[in-house]
Amino acid sequence: MGKADRMSAIATSGAQQPTASAASDTIVSFRGVQKTYDGESLVVKNLNLEIRRGEFLTMLGPSGSGKTTSLMMLAGFEVPTHGEILFDGQSLRNTPPHKRNIGMVFQNYALFPHMTVEENVAFPLSVRRVPKHEQKDLARKALAMVKLEGKESRHPGQLSGGQQQRVALARALVFQPKLVLMDEPLGALDKQLREHMQIEIKHIHERLGVTIVYVTHDQSEALTMSDRIAVFNDGIIQQLDSPTGLYETPQNSFVAHFIGENNILNGEVTAVDGAFCKVRLNGGHEVTARAINIKGVGSRTSLSFRPEKVHIEGISADHPNQLPARVEETIYHGDHVRVRMTVAGSEGFTVKMRFRASRPIPVPGEEMAVAFAAEDCLALDPV
Amino acid sequence: MTVPASASAVPAPAGSAQHNDSPAALKQKLRRAERVRKLRAMGLIAPLFFFLLITFVVPILDMMRRSVHDTELSTVWPTVTAAMDSWKDRGNVPDEAVFAALAKDLRAAGETKTLAVAARRLNYAVDNGRSLVFGTARRLPVDATNWKETLIGIEPRWGQVATWNAINQASGPLTTFYLLAALDREKLADGSIVKAPEQSSIYVDILERTFTVSLSVTLLCLVLGFPVAYLLATLPAKHANILMILVLLPFWTSLLVRTAAWVVLLQEQGLVNELLLALGIIEKPIRMIYNRIGVYIAMTHILLPFMILPLYSVMKGIKPHFMRAATSLGATPTEAFVRVYLPMTLPGIGAGALLTFILALGYYITPALVGGAADQMISFFIAFYTSDTVNWGMASALGAVLLVATLVLYSLYNRLVGISNMRLG
Repeated sequence: MGKADRMSAIATSGAQQPTASAASDTIVSFRGVQKTYDGESLVVKNLNLEIRRGEFLTMLGPSGSGKTTSLMMLAGFEVPTHGEILFDGQSLRNTPPHKRNIGMVFQNYALFPHMTVEENVAFPLSVRRVPKHEQKDLARKALAMVKLEGKESRHPGQLSGGQQQRVALARALVFQPKLVLMDEPLGALDKQLREHMQIEIKHIHERLGVTIVYVTHDQSEALTMSDRIAVFNDGIIQQLDSPTGLYETPQNSFVAHFIGENNILNGEVTAVDGAFCKVRLNGGHEVTARAINIKGVGSRTSLSFRPEKVHIEGISADHPNQLPARVEETIYHGDHVRVRMTVAGSEGFTVKMRFRASRPIPVPGEEMAVAFAAEDCLALDPV
Repeated sequence: MTVPASASAVPAPAGSAQHNDSPAALKQKLRRAERVRKLRAMGLIAPLFFFLLITFVVPILDMMRRSVHDTELSTVWPTVTAAMDSWKDRGNVPDEAVFAALAKDLRAAGETKTLAVAARRLNYAVDNGRSLVFGTARRLPVDATNWKETLIGIEPRWGQVATWNAINQASGPLTTFYLLAALDREKLADGSIVKAPEQSSIYVDILERTFTVSLSVTLLCLVLGFPVAYLLATLPAKHANILMILVLLPFWTSLLVRTAAWVVLLQEQGLVNELLLALGIIEKPIRMIYNRIGVYIAMTHILLPFMILPLYSVMKGIKPHFMRAATSLGATPTEAFVRVYLPMTLPGIGAGALLTFILALGYYITPALVGGAADQMISFFIAFYTSDTVNWGMASALGAVLLVATLVLYSLYNRLVGISNMRLG
């Protein structure tokens, strides 16, 4: 639990800013929420999370990290074993799902196959006893919003996956909920359609100003759409931050590894100087790194490098952060070349190099140096 | 790199040769290639095909034929049935030549001892037809100048048009007699079809009763089976398996054993009555067997798995996220069930109901053992005519009526629900 406490502390510290500025800006807050199914292992361990009104928050993490369980607890399909969830300041403990007024989009759309598209979209209105003609108007408006005019009388089975997803979206938005939950809604679509829908959902979010809580395991999807991302692992929020914050300053090795591409070199902290520290690598080389998540002098650390922030050309001999390397393999990607190399004795280090026809591509076996700025080398917890 | 290059070079000439083929030649090649496959496939299903042909299709066609085919009388009384063609004035009895032919046939049949066949056939259509035939044959003179007067003198019924109409309709080779009788109708001498007299009109009632019992049993099965199927589909696998065995166990037990068990349980000194008496719910034993209640209880119990299994299979396919979606959109659990879950189970309800209903229509043993005289269904009478009175024409006609009624219902169902929407186990 030591690690858990530390991680949740990070998560809370990230979330404290908005809470401090204006409490009414919070639409949902998870307070010390725990969930176990078998009474032995916790799927969600001490979740503290404040969701701001109108934001697009993504719960990102590998499967089994507790992100979907957290969403299901918010929707009311699972009950927290401990702790409390507040929605607009009211506890949700005794509110059944159908009284929560939260829109939800499911992974497999969950459109009712025996109803037409319009009946599906009008369903939340008809159970709210909205007059018939208003139902029709609102359903048509919602369908127009997702660009599905003219498909009202079709059945879901006659639509493509992308169109079904739009219907599900319209259905979750038509009754104007303050909060919409999305559980991997684009998981079943092909890559191109998925990217298109990501932009469209983002635009709908901007237009309606509705709060969206989005669950996905796809980090690029999270980076594209979100205002803030909560990275889940082992039932704990590892980091809660904006997409740039997560990518540029991951708080631990898990986040560094999970978001974007990452290279790791292991070593030991030899000196700490404010925001920076000296690290002696396993091969004996010493480099300067940003001290982000280290335990002090003498502790083990993993250095994290983004592939595009490591240079392999034009390195002056007196560059303070440089390491010897040998090229293993090069892969041509059109706009860039990936160079896989062994750096300071550690294999599988990838460097992204912009491709220019005038410049020769490194040859496997070539001995060279890699260099990086101290700001681009993050000293994190050891892996 | 050289290996794939040479490999791709080899098939190239062959490929170009194929391109030179005319479309007709290509089609022929395809047909030849397909023919072997088709023959093999047909060879594999041939045993089943012939089995079904011999044990299923041929008997049904033969049954249909027997319901309209009638040669019993013309086999034993060839002369008179042939002479019926000369009977033109249907308002009066035929003339002397036909009576003479009858006398000839009566004597011939008496000698070859086939009189009983004729007597039985006439008995279907004429009251006391048996005594008419045997009585006349016994007192038939060796010779007579006027057979018409002589025969009417022996038996006045030979002077009635109805008797001759019956002989005419039984002369074959085709008849509507059995089919009409199965619908409580008869054909008069002038060819008009009228309702049969009250005392012989039983089949429409029996058909109605068959449908009433089958429909009631189907509804009972649906009401009882739906919650069980739901439980089966939603319980965790471990418990669902135990429940499934409980559902299937009676399914694997012999029909006769289960029916006999109900006789033991339901009789006046039976377990159920004694329990109810002991609990003080009733003061004297209630009659639960040899009446409609017994038929309903036993048939519902026996047919329940046929309702549960298709329902279960459909419900198993309904993912919980549909109900979750409905509640997240604001539907109360009841509303979600009625508006989302129930419509999605319709294919299962349709399949289960159709299966149960059609099986119930043909039930014989169970009503025969636990029902009273007024609870017998159409199959009882088919069995009765087949084995007790050996009136195969009537048995076939009743069978044909049942078959047609079932097919009509089936096509009606197909029109309403669509067979492709139906899901069986």
